[in-house]
Amino acid sequence: MTAEATATVLPRAAAAATALRRRAVFSRIPWTLIIFLLMATVPWVGSRYDTFLAAQITIDALFAVSLNLLLGTTGLISFGHVAYFGVGAYVCGILMKTYGVAFYLAFPAAGLGAALFALIAGYFCVRLIKLYFAMLTLAFSQIVWAIAYKWNDVTGGDQGLPEIPYPHLDWMSAIPGCGDLSIGARFYLLTLLLVAVSLAIVHRVVRSPFGRVLTTIRDNPERAAFLGINVRLYQLAAFVVAGGLAGLAGALYGIFSRGVFADYVFWSKSAEIVIMTILGGTGYFWGPPVGAAALVWLNQVITDYTQYWSFVLGAILLALLFGFPGGIVGGLDLLWQRLKRLRNA
Amino acid sequence: MSPSFLFSQFMGGLTTAMFLFLIASGLSLVFGVMRVINFAHGSFYMLGAYLAWQAVQWLHPTGGGFWLAALCAALGVGILGVLTERVFFRALYGREELYQLLFTYALVLVLGDAAKFLWGTDQLSVSTPPALAGSVRIFGTTQPLYTMFIVAIGPAIAFTLWLLLSRTGAGRMVRAAQMDREMLDALGANVAAIYTAMFALSAFLAGLSGALVTPIQSIVPGMDVLIIVQAFIVVVIGGMGSLWGTFWGSVIYGQVLSFGILIFPGFSLFSVFALMAVILIVRPWGLFGRPL
Repeated sequence: MTAEATATVLPRAAAAATALRRRAVFSRIPWTLIIFLLMATVPWVGSRYDTFLAAQITIDALFAVSLNLLLGTTGLISFGHVAYFGVGAYVCGILMKTYGVAFYLAFPAAGLGAALFALIAGYFCVRLIKLYFAMLTLAFSQIVWAIAYKWNDVTGGDQGLPEIPYPHLDWMSAIPGCGDLSIGARFYLLTLLLVAVSLAIVHRVVRSPFGRVLTTIRDNPERAAFLGINVRLYQLAAFVVAGGLAGLAGALYGIFSRGVFADYVFWSKSAEIVIMTILGGTGYFWGPPVGAAALVWLNQVITDYTQYWSFVLGAILLALLFGFPGGIVGGLDLLWQRLKRLRNA
Repeated sequence: MSPSFLFSQFMGGLTTAMFLFLIASGLSLVFGVMRVINFAHGSFYMLGAYLAWQAVQWLHPTGGGFWLAALCAALGVGILGVLTERVFFRALYGREELYQLLFTYALVLVLGDAAKFLWGTDQLSVSTPPALAGSVRIFGTTQPLYTMFIVAIGPAIAFTLWLLLSRTGAGRMVRAAQMDREMLDALGANVAAIYTAMFALSAFLAGLSGALVTPIQSIVPGMDVLIIVQAFIVVVIGGMGSLWGTFWGSVIYGQVLSFGILIFPGFSLFSVFALMAVILIVRPWGLFGRPL
């Protein structure tokens, strides 16, 4: 190698090595843990209202991630996901308010109840393809809505179930620094912890062999079937897991918003959660939580200025559909790839 | 239960059915040709109602009446349909179903708020046209003339659409597009124009039904999302894309709702959703549709 060639190659190699090292450092930072810890400081550094928003984002993040297990991972378009959220909210609310069951039993029961309902509905849904699947999920969610709206004795009908009690969180006083927190702030911390554990589990599931099979089904169902995979069974399993997680989110939401109402289960809510998920980006695990944060924050900012939030939401959706089909995280990813190519060129 | 009571339940169900048929026929037409569920169909219906109200306000001083207003409203919504299809929808053909569904949902959000902005949130109403303001007595029941008119206009529109689809050259093109759009395209037909025309016709029907509903229902925000679910059930029961399927689907829906109230009071809503779910499970393509 001539001296001249060495002189040109070496700096480039050195630059590449630095970039690699920088990237390694960047990816070694536990971002999820940092964000989780930052979210946990909200009750101390922010106002009561900030805590309220953070709780909303946290619960929506779990709901949107559960939907993305179908939408992004398995490629199933569910337009009735709010049904399982609603079943979870009602199971938890009815158990806690009507029967005085403790939260620590009612919460898992909500997840199980929603998963059971998802098993029944999903059994029929996964036999249909694409648009028909979307329509049947919508039909089931409207059945849940009709029951919630009309079955006065159990669900409270159009009056709903107001004043669901908070769980007993006196034990938190024993934790240093938590003594002065209001019950709402304590419930937010509990919510954050439960959602973080749920998200960690979903993250593992998506990366497990089971999750890989779901992705294969999304990309090419025929090929998956040729490989001997029972496509419907895997789709049903994804549907049940997603339904159960949505039920957990619903249970938390019912307590957080101090009541469960039939409006929660109306079909347009399912559309909103779909928008949230694709706003973040269905192709990324952290897309839906980013979408949840963005949408809750935007709603908060925009409703300060105008009552026409639906109009703005519709405009955002149009911009997404025609301009940024990958969502926020997809857009950032694209930007990152472009920058990298620019620097390498 | 006296016969006259049963008859009035039956007529109530039939009125609901024929109204829903007017709305659902457009939804079904668009699905049949484009394979898209148009959530914005309910918004077109709502705009038809608001535009009819507006036209009545403008025409009133000149002595022009309800019928002219209804026609103007339907034409206005039809033009909006053309614009929607030409400007936006065209860009989404060939994309995933999810994007097409969400696009129509974005229209629901935008048009719903636009109507609130333009006409406010108060209830608006239009008086019944004088010629149909009376009522007649049949089987010991009192039937308003306007509902009799609606019951008559449903089959009339169904028949007109059937003639249009099965007895004209344009209708043959539409049916060919339903069966195989690539083939039709390859044969040199202007498939894009067919799509635009179908979307316009569908929006026109939605606008017309919105205008015709104004004498018996007040115009309120939110009527769009309520009606689309019902129209959707009708289309699913009858079979997406099938004209007569939609017709009989709406008749079944109307009667189930009307008599369901007698059998399970308070659960008639549940019974129609349950009927929809059962049909989707047993025959996803509906009672009169063909498998895709």
